Amino acid sequence: MKSIPLIRAALFATVLGAASAASAVAGTYNITVDKIRFDTGEFKKTGVAYNKSQTPTVLRVKEGEQVTINVTNNLRESTSIHWHGLILPFRQDGVPGISFNGIAPGQTFTYRFPIKQAGTYWFHSHSGFQEPDGAYGAIVIEPKGGEKVRADRDYVVQLTDKHPHSGNRIFRNLKMSADYYNRSQRTLEDLVRDSRADGFKQALQNRAMWGRMRMMPTDIEDVQGFVPLMNGKSTRQNWTGLFKPGEKVRLRLINSAAMAYFDVRIPGLKMTVIQADGNDVQPVTVDELRISVAETYDVIVQPREAKAYAIIAESMGRTAMVRGSLSPQQGWAGLVPRMRPKPLLTMADMGGMMDGMDMSGMDHSAMTMSSQGTSMPEGMDHSQMDMSGDMEDMDHSQMDMSSDMKGMDHSKMDMSGGKQEMDHSKMDMSGGMAGMNHSARDSKIGEFYAPGSGLIPSAANGGKFLSYNDLKAARPLYRDRPATRTIEVRLTGNMERYIWSINGVKMEDADPIRLKYGERVRFKFVNETMMSHPMHLHGMWSILDTGKGKWDPIKHTVSIAPGTTVYTETEVDATGQWAFHCHLSYHAEAGMFRKVIVEGGPA
Amino acid sequence: MKITYLSAFGAALASMIWTPAAAEPVIWGFQAEQLEYRFLEGEDALVWDFDALAGSDELRFVWRSEGEVGESSGDFEELENQLRLQMPISTFFDAVVGIQASMPNGVPDRYNAVVGVKGLAPQWFEIDADLYVSDHPYFSFEAEYEALLTNRLILTPSIEMTLPLKDDAARDQGAWGPTFEIGARVSYDLIDRAVSPYVGVNYERSFGKTSNMLRTAGEDKDAFSVVVGTRIMF
Repeated sequence: MKSIPLIRAALFATVLGAASAASAVAGTYNITVDKIRFDTGEFKKTGVAYNKSQTPTVLRVKEGEQVTINVTNNLRESTSIHWHGLILPFRQDGVPGISFNGIAPGQTFTYRFPIKQAGTYWFHSHSGFQEPDGAYGAIVIEPKGGEKVRADRDYVVQLTDKHPHSGNRIFRNLKMSADYYNRSQRTLEDLVRDSRADGFKQALQNRAMWGRMRMMPTDIEDVQGFVPLMNGKSTRQNWTGLFKPGEKVRLRLINSAAMAYFDVRIPGLKMTVIQADGNDVQPVTVDELRISVAETYDVIVQPREAKAYAIIAESMGRTAMVRGSLSPQQGWAGLVPRMRPKPLLTMADMGGMMDGMDMSGMDHSAMTMSSQGTSMPEGMDHSQMDMSGDMEDMDHSQMDMSSDMKGMDHSKMDMSGGKQEMDHSKMDMSGGMAGMNHSARDSKIGEFYAPGSGLIPSAANGGKFLSYNDLKAARPLYRDRPATRTIEVRLTGNMERYIWSINGVKMEDADPIRLKYGERVRFKFVNETMMSHPMHLHGMWSILDTGKGKWDPIKHTVSIAPGTTVYTETEVDATGQWAFHCHLSYHAEAGMFRKVIVEGGPA
Repeated sequence: MKITYLSAFGAALASMIWTPAAAEPVIWGFQAEQLEYRFLEGEDALVWDFDALAGSDELRFVWRSEGEVGESSGDFEELENQLRLQMPISTFFDAVVGIQASMPNGVPDRYNAVVGVKGLAPQWFEIDADLYVSDHPYFSFEAEYEALLTNRLILTPSIEMTLPLKDDAARDQGAWGPTFEIGARVSYDLIDRAVSPYVGVNYERSFGKTSNMLRTAGEDKDAFSVVVGTRIMF
């Protein structure tokens, strides 16, 4: 099973294994892959679905079960199903070209594998753009001995971003014009508004600065114009989960979107997060959480009033929203709140690009640092700021630092943390430049957004917003040990050309990453782009380094925010070859993808 | 000379087509920056300027066509077709090599080799700079900017300069006498970015030796027009 289990756990497992072997269940499931007509209530569109249904199929199995899944391809093109987050033999992982050859039109492929885990997962096509076109479903695995957290109701809440265009068309349009779907760009109206707020000169200088880099602070969602669906239903179609007041309801949140991150909340209810990516976590109660593409979170809520509560999933870029309901009866609907304002990226989100880019044209004269609202120590000195890369010709001369800030000494500034001696987030560097972080590479473990990032979320009610830092494994799967080596994974890209890559190399030009069975590798993700990337390693767990040692959460998908460095560790305990990629469909297709080969180990 | 360009281009094209299938899908598309009716002082005209492209991130094959047809005469005032190969040379710029055939009515045909750059300059200026090489060489420069009035209503000012490097008497082109064309078009993205109808103005004027040659030939050195048309991208 696992290569390095706790000794006690191993003994326990042996005993349990012997017991369960006797009572091992075997289940057979059938899934058809069909072309169907989707109706979002806003538009109709032909797409791909499982079992001819716009409502995602939920595969319910039990831990320890030996499953047989017959997948019949009724499409005119090849298909595949990848079991996202499941630990299984690599031939069963369902990635064409890596695990198998795909499922030809008209054929039935039989997957056979043992279920070695419990929790909420999902499945989707790994062929072309069938997943954005609708080919996804949910997996719910009941643990041996039943659910550890008692709940009266148990619902899958699966999100997607249904687009009126087909995946192929979207990809081609993005290649033709990377901003094709960005309808949140800054306009003349915004310039007028910013001029009123900051003065015309500053507003213009801010535009000029972004323009010089040919970057857009609005590049948060590169595919807009979608209608988000919850369990296949739009706001108008109002997916409803029933409850009786006082009952505990378990919601299994799954983000199956092609491109959109969602911020999820239920106004009037606290959510207690009990599981992330299928692995139980120590319960943490929040008001809102952000679910990256391909992640899952299980939450417990307890609605006490006999009224409809709205489940709100707002896209991170605030371009779209879906409302479902928890209600004592069908036909009731929770209130749809007004969408919150669109965020803008800041220079902090550019942090990672500074190193890789030639910034020679950058003129910092647009930076106007005022002392208002800042608490900067005196004696600042820029001389020791480490701005690596080609930063020559930077013109600091016109930086307007008011007189009381003379002689500031930046050498004491901890640019990586940003919260030690100086609070960058409160620095008014004008026009959304708060908290420039020039050394994203050194950002501390546990900082999952660049300090001053425009993407830092906050709860709609001012309460608690879940952070990766809040996640603590309930039961560590592995002994905590030092990694044998570190593999650097720089997330790179050219937004204008819509080319996405790892370490500057696209999938088609890249060699596979080779791992050795039994080793523990540390992945160092450095996001040098302006977009968030949910990185997904198939076949093995990604232990997210939040600095909590053995309590670090165990995930299958980890979001790397712009301008940040994030570490994960993987116990290499699954032989064969696996996919490793950004789970944003169009980024993966454009090249942010690698094959991982695990050498050695049991065949 | 002509044959050399053609065969070189053909070889390059062939090598592209016969490359084993790449993992990534072939990128293709069509983009008409201008497809418009020009209301002119004399004869009105139908004008187009489009790129049809296919290829990959590393190499794109582009058919560029520009033309102007007299509304009543049906004469081609301008007819220019180019086959171009475009490959990235920096983050934001592509190098271009290709061939061009210019075959309007009433003047001798011209064939040129093209070398140039195309890309996005700081502050979002879309740039095309091309050197046309033959016995009648000239340089052309185009810049375009998209100012978003709203996210769908877009003002596009543009400037185009053609600079003959040698005299071409048959075409009233005088060495170092540039012709400028400036335009401003307000478009509205009606269907995605696929169909964006616009209205605008366009002004063309020649200077220096070219202007003198046009005057001698009894032609106008400038032309103002109101334009109505649509941008197309798919």
